Amino acid sequence: MFKYLKQLTSLVAMVAVLFTFTTESMAAKKSKTLKNTQKKGFVRCGVSQGLPGFSNADAAGNWTGVDVDVCRAVAAAVLGDANKVKFTPLSAKERFTALTSGEIDILSRNTTWTLSRDADIGLTFVGVNFYDGQGFMVRKSSGITSTSQFKDGISACTNIGTTTELNMRDFFNSKGISYEPVAFEKADEVVAAYDAGRCDTYTTDKSGLAAQRTKMKNPDEHIVLPETISKEPLGPVVRQGDAVWEDIVRWSLNTMIEAEEYGITSANADMMKTSDNPAIKRLVGAEGELGAAFGLDNDWSLRIIKQVGNYGESYKRNIADTGILPDRGPNQLWTKGGILYVPPAR
Amino acid sequence: MNFKLKDIVPQLITVFAVVLVFGFFTYNAQINMENRGIDFGYGFLSQESSFDVQFSLIEYDGSHSYFRAYLVGLLNTILVSVIGIIIATILGVIVGIARLSPNYLINKFAAFYVEFFRNIPLLLQIFFWYFAALRALPLPQDAEAMFGVFFLTIKGLYVPAFIWQNFNIFLYSVIAAIIAIIVIRAHAKKVQENQGKQIPVFLISIGLIFILPLLSFLIGGVRLSFEVPVLKQLATTSFIYEGGVSLPPELIALTLSLSLYTATFIAECVRAGIQGVGKGQKEAAASIGLTPNQVLKLVIMPQALRIIIPPTTNQYLNLTKNSSLAAAIAYPDLVLVFAGTALMQTGKAIEIVSITMFTYLTLSISISILMNWYNKKIAIQEK
Repeated sequence: MFKYLKQLTSLVAMVAVLFTFTTESMAAKKSKTLKNTQKKGFVRCGVSQGLPGFSNADAAGNWTGVDVDVCRAVAAAVLGDANKVKFTPLSAKERFTALTSGEIDILSRNTTWTLSRDADIGLTFVGVNFYDGQGFMVRKSSGITSTSQFKDGISACTNIGTTTELNMRDFFNSKGISYEPVAFEKADEVVAAYDAGRCDTYTTDKSGLAAQRTKMKNPDEHIVLPETISKEPLGPVVRQGDAVWEDIVRWSLNTMIEAEEYGITSANADMMKTSDNPAIKRLVGAEGELGAAFGLDNDWSLRIIKQVGNYGESYKRNIADTGILPDRGPNQLWTKGGILYVPPAR
Repeated sequence: MNFKLKDIVPQLITVFAVVLVFGFFTYNAQINMENRGIDFGYGFLSQESSFDVQFSLIEYDGSHSYFRAYLVGLLNTILVSVIGIIIATILGVIVGIARLSPNYLINKFAAFYVEFFRNIPLLLQIFFWYFAALRALPLPQDAEAMFGVFFLTIKGLYVPAFIWQNFNIFLYSVIAAIIAIIVIRAHAKKVQENQGKQIPVFLISIGLIFILPLLSFLIGGVRLSFEVPVLKQLATTSFIYEGGVSLPPELIALTLSLSLYTATFIAECVRAGIQGVGKGQKEAAASIGLTPNQVLKLVIMPQALRIIIPPTTNQYLNLTKNSSLAAAIAYPDLVLVFAGTALMQTGKAIEIVSITMFTYLTLSISISILMNWYNKKIAIQEK
């Protein structure tokens, strides 16, 4: 009798140990950032200090833009409500420190993905939500229509703390042109100085030029030159070391792009549940258990599409309809001649 | 024994607590950085910086190291601080004395200046001078020449460059003039103490500082010519000046706002110092027949300086630290170049911020030591 009891207790103990192990691994899988976000009830998102089309606040403090929509998508997936986001406006200089120090959990601030940023400073880039390149803006009256007309002594206004400063040097050095870099901390001051005539040209990402042009005193007096001098894949960034959170942000963005590819919009998402295409059914949560891998329910992707919309809707709402860049250029789906191509959600 | 223990224990506890707090933060920072795969180290200082800076006192471009970029920023900070301190001191002394002037207009104007400029936040003033100046200044092609050779434009102040021949001989002549002046002053003092005779030292000094360098031109073979800035067209409506020396508008706006702001505080220090000298001193000095200028120079100022120097030291420190606001208007100072661009490109936040903090600390302490030395020198010598 005692013999059996002893065996029984050891069995119970073993089961208990096994059970604690499994619950432990489940909790670990749920990720610290995810747990904290669910406890707080909002997603902490770092954005720009005002770049129309990407992240810009209106007079009432409502944020809009394609970068903003990435954070909203994560909030919809994780918390069930796309509006549960706390936005923190950051300068180019502050952004990475804010992320690595834990002040924000997602940095969605037209940030260029480069090797040194990805590898060196404790960050992980999760994808690209806008393919951009650096360009130049000049006054129309200057008669300059191409960068080949730049001459020695040209002064160029730009922001500090960006890849722009490095690209600019590479560009002018390769052309053998001497130039005067005038670098400001905030974009508003760059625009004001260029607009006043301090600089002959204003250089930053072309999307940024197009957006800032709308803020100028007289937008028609300025043109963006056709040349692109660098690759600027812009995308959301997370802290290194939380793989689950990284996956959640990556696949929230991918879901928006994939939804557009399959024609799922915020309007028809519910109806798509009865679609014949299993890929569509997986995206709207009618088939498979995709959310479980992140510790989320199965409707996470459906909520993203219903509350935020697919990538095309977000682009149209924020960038095309506002007149910033009506032509999607490379930011078109791969099936339609662009380079937006995301791994399948399955 | 008991008494000693009572003295030491609280201090030990304090030291222990401070060490503990610092230890906790260092440990935490280490763990966090390790978790995120961030390396700590100062090795990046020797790497190529690969960004350019608008304005530099030493030769620099992107192929130099981050350390060189640090030096560029540091020198620019020192430059703007030194110019700012000189202008602020001159202006502050003038305004401070003007506030005590019996002339109603001068007196009120000085008071208005002080109250106006010290009550507006400095950052706003910097923006005002920068953007107001940018809006008000002409484009290079529209600029009127001042005295035929200076051009003040939106892209900066262009002044002629000096082109020297045998510059070293000129330099020696200036040094010789300065040494001669020092010797003559010492001699004049002795003559006055021994014989009560006054030698017109001021006039002789002025003469020397002009005549000796002039001689170097006439017989020393020194030649000076000027390179006047020339307008150059870059595109239909875009021009710059070539040749000569150009001072960027950022430097001008920053120096102007820093010195106008700090001068108000120095003016108040000067006024307090002068008013702190007993009225009897002035009356006594006047009664022995000294002119008002002599009263100020020989009786009031030596006593007032003892009151003026310590608070003015504070203002010098403030000006130096305030120069870090330069980042707002693109003047490439230490904060913009090193704690801005370099920090972003390397991601070495802790290293760069600590170096920057240490640099400002060193700058401030150097100014303090210098001013304390001067203060001690002019203090009353008890005999």
